[in-house]
Amino acid sequence: MSTGTTKLDVVVSDVVPVNDLVTRFHFRRRDGELLPTFSGGAHVVVEMRDGERTRLNPYSLMGSPLNTSEYTISVRRDDVGRGGSLFMHRSVKPGLEMVISYPVNLFSLDLRAKKHLMLAGGIGITPFMAQTAQLAAEGGNFELHYTCRTASLGTYADVLRERYDRRVRLYHDDRDERIELDRLLSSQPLGTHLYVCGPSGMIGWVRDRAASLGWPAETVHFEHFAAPQPGAPFDVELAVSGKTIRVDEQQSLLEAIEAAGVDPPYLCRGGVCGQCETNVISHDGKFIHNDHWLSEEEHRSCNKIMPCVSRFEGRSLVLER
Amino acid sequence: MGITFRKETFRDDFTFRNSPEHIRRFPFPFHEDSYMYAVNIEPHVVGPKGSVLENLIDVDEHYVAEMQDRALVLAEDPLRCQSLPHMTLAGWDLLELLMEQQALGYPEHFTLTRDGDKWRWINRPLGIDDSFTFGDTSTLPYGPMEYITRQSQGDFCILDQRDGNLWMDAGMVTTQADWSLDFDIGMNFFEWHAPVPLAHEKGIFIRALKFLTNIQQGKPARRLNWTMTINPRLDTSPENYHKWGPDRTTVTPENVGDKVHLRVELQSFWRLPRSNGIVFPIRCYLIKMDELVTQPKWARRLHRVIRDLPEELATYKGLTRYRPTLVEWLSKLDDGSPTSAGFGPD
Repeated sequence: MSTGTTKLDVVVSDVVPVNDLVTRFHFRRRDGELLPTFSGGAHVVVEMRDGERTRLNPYSLMGSPLNTSEYTISVRRDDVGRGGSLFMHRSVKPGLEMVISYPVNLFSLDLRAKKHLMLAGGIGITPFMAQTAQLAAEGGNFELHYTCRTASLGTYADVLRERYDRRVRLYHDDRDERIELDRLLSSQPLGTHLYVCGPSGMIGWVRDRAASLGWPAETVHFEHFAAPQPGAPFDVELAVSGKTIRVDEQQSLLEAIEAAGVDPPYLCRGGVCGQCETNVISHDGKFIHNDHWLSEEEHRSCNKIMPCVSRFEGRSLVLER
Repeated sequence: MGITFRKETFRDDFTFRNSPEHIRRFPFPFHEDSYMYAVNIEPHVVGPKGSVLENLIDVDEHYVAEMQDRALVLAEDPLRCQSLPHMTLAGWDLLELLMEQQALGYPEHFTLTRDGDKWRWINRPLGIDDSFTFGDTSTLPYGPMEYITRQSQGDFCILDQRDGNLWMDAGMVTTQADWSLDFDIGMNFFEWHAPVPLAHEKGIFIRALKFLTNIQQGKPARRLNWTMTINPRLDTSPENYHKWGPDRTTVTPENVGDKVHLRVELQSFWRLPRSNGIVFPIRCYLIKMDELVTQPKWARRLHRVIRDLPEELATYKGLTRYRPTLVEWLSKLDDGSPTSAGFGPD
C-alpha cells in the first residue's frame, strides 16, 4: 500500500485568532473546486514546510461536513512542543499555499446509536464541532459535555451554546465545576454511544468509569492523537534500506526516517492507526512507547515500535525499514 | 457514439451473448497457468481504453438487460435489497458515487446536474428523468441505495465500519455466485467469509480486513474473483438453487461450449465520505466457452487452470460434477505451447 492518502493543494483563505491559545485556519482548494466531502470526526494531515524541515501534523476538521467549499482546523499553541503548532501560529498567513491530506476518519460516529453522548476536554472539542453539525442536520440525538480551564479558554463554547442551547453543558476548571461522570453515565438511555476526546488523563478516566459501570467496549469511542514528544537525540540503523539516521530532539522517529528518503505508510501520525508499525531487529537500550496502538505486552516485548510518536534511549537500535 | 445495448435474457431462453468487442474486453482473471488464492488487491485506477477498467464504474452492452433482470428478481424476492436503519446516509453516499461515475464515464447516456441539494438525474437508456432533494428520502421513489442500484450493473454491499471490523449492513444482491444477502445481513467480515476454504489457514482474511479498514477516500482498490456458471444466469442465489443447481447435471461433451460460462467478478472497494462506510461493488461478467476460446491463449490457459485446480477449490466453486467434461473439451484446444504473461489475449 502506498504511503498516506491522496494530497490536496490548498491555499490558506483565513486565519482567525479564537482566544489566547487557539487559532483557526481556513483552507480552500487552489483550483477553486469543492473539497472532498467528509464525515464528522475526520482529520487531515497538514504538511508544514519550515525551512529545511517538514512537519506533518494531524488536525480534526471542525467545519460542517455539509460545507465543502472550505475546511477549517483549530490549532492550540503548544509552547513546549516540537514546534508544529508554533509554526502554524507564527508563519501561516492568508494566501499561503499548503498541502493537506484527504480526510481520514478514525473517530467515526456509530450511526446505530439511539443517542450520542459526547465528552470533550479543551482542544478535544474540535472533532465534536463537525460531529454535532452532522448530527444536527440529520435530526440526530446528541448531548455534549465540555470541560475547559476558564470561560475565556472555552474554545467555541459560545458558538456551541448558541447553536445547540441546552444540549451543550459547560464545565470550568477555575470555578471547580466537574462532570458528575458516574451519574451521567448511569442515567443514559439504552443504545447510547459515548465519545470522548481530550487529554489522555480524561480519556483514561472516562473509559475506566464506563467499563466499571458496565458500558460495553463497543459503545465507548475515544480519540487521542498523542502529539510526538520531543526527547534526547538517538541513532537508528534502518536495516532494509541500509541507512543510519539520527533522530533530533525536536524530530519524531517517523520524520527522521522520511527525511532519509524512506517512506513508511502512515495515516494518523499520532499513535492510533497502526499504519507505521515497525519491527525491531535488535536493540540495546530502552523504548519510550507513546502510542495507543500496540498492546502493553507488545510494548514489553520490545519487538515493535510506532515511529510516529515513540522514541528510544540507549546504545543501538536496528529497525526493519 | 454511445453503447448499443443488447436485447437479451439471463433466464428461460438465455439469449445473452457477448459481441466480438466485448469478448476482447472480457476481464480474464488468470495471469498465469495456475490459480491459488492470494490477496490480489491493487489500486482501482483507470485502465486502458477499450478495457472494462476504462471507467471506474463500467457500463457495457448488457446494461439494460441486466437492469431488467434485476427488476424481475426484486419483484419475486424483495429481500435481495436490504438496508439496516443506520445505513441510509451510506445509501446517499453510494447514490452520489454511482451518479457521478456514470455521468463522467458515459455523458451520452447519463447526466447529473446539481444545484446545492437540488439534483436532477437523467438516465437515457432506462428512460428516467428525476429531480430530487439530496438527503431527503421522500423525494425518491425508493431509498437512495435501492434507487441507484436499480440503475447500476453489479451487486453492491455496503459495509459499516466499527469496532475494527466491517459489517454487512446494506446491499443490493441479485447477481450473486451462490451467497445470500438475507443470510449475511448484519454479519461481520469473518462471519460472512466463514464458508471459504483454505484462505483462513493462510491468514488471508486478517490481512484483507486490515487492508479494507484502511481504504482511504479517493483511493479505491479492486480485485478479481471467479467461478463458473452453467447457462448465462445472473441470479445464482441460494434462494433459487432449485432453479440453477440442476443445470450442473446437464453438461455434455456436445454442449460445453454453449452452456459452460466463466463468471468473473470485478470487486472494488471504496470509502464513502459521509458515512465512513465502505461500498463493495461486485460486478459480474459472463462469457461462454465458445466465446472465450476464440482467444487461443485463454483457451490454453483455462485448460491448465481448471485441470490443476485443488480439489477443495473445485468443490467450493461447484465445478466437481462437470469438471472432467470441461477439461476434456478444453484439452483439445491446448497444444501445450507456452502462454504469454499477463491477462490479455494475444
